[in-house]
Amino acid sequence: MTDGTLPMPAIRSFRLPLAKAAPVVTVLLVIVAIWYAAAIGMNARWERDQAARAGTQIAPSQLVLRTLSQDRPVLPAPHQVAVGLYDGIAGQKITSRRSLVWHAWVTLSATLAGFAIGTAAGSALAIGIVHSRSMDQSVMPWAVASQTVPILAIAPMVIVVLSSMGITGLLPKALIAAWLSFFPVLVGMVKGLRTPDAMQLDQMRSWNASRAHVFWFLRLPASLPYLFASLKVAIAAALVGTIVAELPAGATAGLGARLLSGSYYGQTVQIWAALFTAAALAATLVAVVARVERITLRKMGMQA
Amino acid sequence: MSVIEAQNVSLTFPTADGPVHALSAVNLSIERGDFVSFIGPSGCGKTTLLRSIAALETPTGGSMSVAGRDPDAARKARAYGYVFQAPGLFPWRTIAGNISLPLEIMGFSKSGRAERVARVLDLVELEGFGGKYPWQLSGGMQQRASIARALAFDADILLMDEPFGALDEIVRDRLNEALLQLWRKTGKTIGFVTHSIPEAVYLSTRIVVMSPRPGRITRIIDSPLPAERPLDIRDTPEFIALAHEVREALREGHAHD
Repeated sequence: MTDGTLPMPAIRSFRLPLAKAAPVVTVLLVIVAIWYAAAIGMNARWERDQAARAGTQIAPSQLVLRTLSQDRPVLPAPHQVAVGLYDGIAGQKITSRRSLVWHAWVTLSATLAGFAIGTAAGSALAIGIVHSRSMDQSVMPWAVASQTVPILAIAPMVIVVLSSMGITGLLPKALIAAWLSFFPVLVGMVKGLRTPDAMQLDQMRSWNASRAHVFWFLRLPASLPYLFASLKVAIAAALVGTIVAELPAGATAGLGARLLSGSYYGQTVQIWAALFTAAALAATLVAVVARVERITLRKMGMQA
Repeated sequence: MSVIEAQNVSLTFPTADGPVHALSAVNLSIERGDFVSFIGPSGCGKTTLLRSIAALETPTGGSMSVAGRDPDAARKARAYGYVFQAPGLFPWRTIAGNISLPLEIMGFSKSGRAERVARVLDLVELEGFGGKYPWQLSGGMQQRASIARALAFDADILLMDEPFGALDEIVRDRLNEALLQLWRKTGKTIGFVTHSIPEAVYLSTRIVVMSPRPGRITRIIDSPLPAERPLDIRDTPEFIALAHEVREALREGHAHD
């Protein structure tokens, strides 16, 4: 018998870093250009009003310069946001209330707690749905209904009710985050746990395997690719949930609170800096999950 | 003593268009060490009969016994190994891990598992491939691994449902030859579903010819061929005559179509 193994895919697509980066950089430059144009357009009105009120004329070049350096612009220019970000991240002690690192940490800790709760709840419900006919028919409609309720309406109620019970801080926010993140996990896990086909199940039956065997040896490993796809959605949703939970009045910490106080005081630069921090946080979290996915699936011999 | 016994077995599936008679009045007795092929056109119930022996289907009439008990008790006693049409190897387990899976379920010790895996890998000529993942093997090798898995726990009966149906003819010839050697070496009782006449004639000691609507046995042919069968036996007059007889029996079953 000849060696019938297939060649390992050793050679991955090999491209120069520059060639890889060029499209990304191009898109980025286009976005920045549009952003500057929009900033000039949106902020110009205020400058013209100012000039009219003072009874002076303003030269177009002067107008453009001023629109890009306002204190409270309608739309801050990219460089203003960059300065705001730099100041928030590197310009403060990270224990300071003005530090974006500190606010990001507050949000991150609630996000991770909510993600953990949501993943556990979603998985547990999925396992129940796959194994119990009555749960299969009763749980899913409620799970879907839970997601149709606007989170913006639910979040303040949960926060208020829990704080009246003396529960404040991380847990209420984590519960809102879990509310959003359990759903993708539930849907993905149900789908994943049901991927084994009739033949694989017959096979287990021919070995007189118990339900526990079928679960641990077949359903769970088969569901992992689906689980990871869901986890990426779930962790981003958990971050959104946490930020929404930080919006109701009273919250003073976290990126959501930062967004809200920025809008109270017209600090648009602060809003945008917080937004970008949140986006970077989301991207990082999803990337971490993707990395864990690759390592896990590769260890299991599946090509990720 | 007969290992598999079916008396007047029938099986009816209820469907939206009325009941489908998958099996009707099936009588069969398989002796220890027999290599029995079930052949017939699709819809003749050959797979349903094999699945009934394995207690993966429950007949709606008649009685059946496998290894001296009812089929479900035989299944629970792990009296048979079943090879499906597709290898059905788990992609997240190595070949050795896949073969060891039924052993883990059945509670064999770690050393017992390792010893058995090595033995059956040797039996299907896959020694050295235990550490590979399924996707690293060709289709024929995967099917051999699945046969090894069915052999690993030493069931006396091996049930095979068109195991080589998806493979090309060259690979199929080689696997047929290897299967015969394996059967002679282990002395197992084999039930083998196929729709290939040469395959049935080459492998079997008895050929069960079936026909559809309702699924039934039209003829059981005992093979006069010797136990020792090189591949070129297929060019002998005895082989050709037997193949002809099977073909005639298949045609009889279709006479009313």
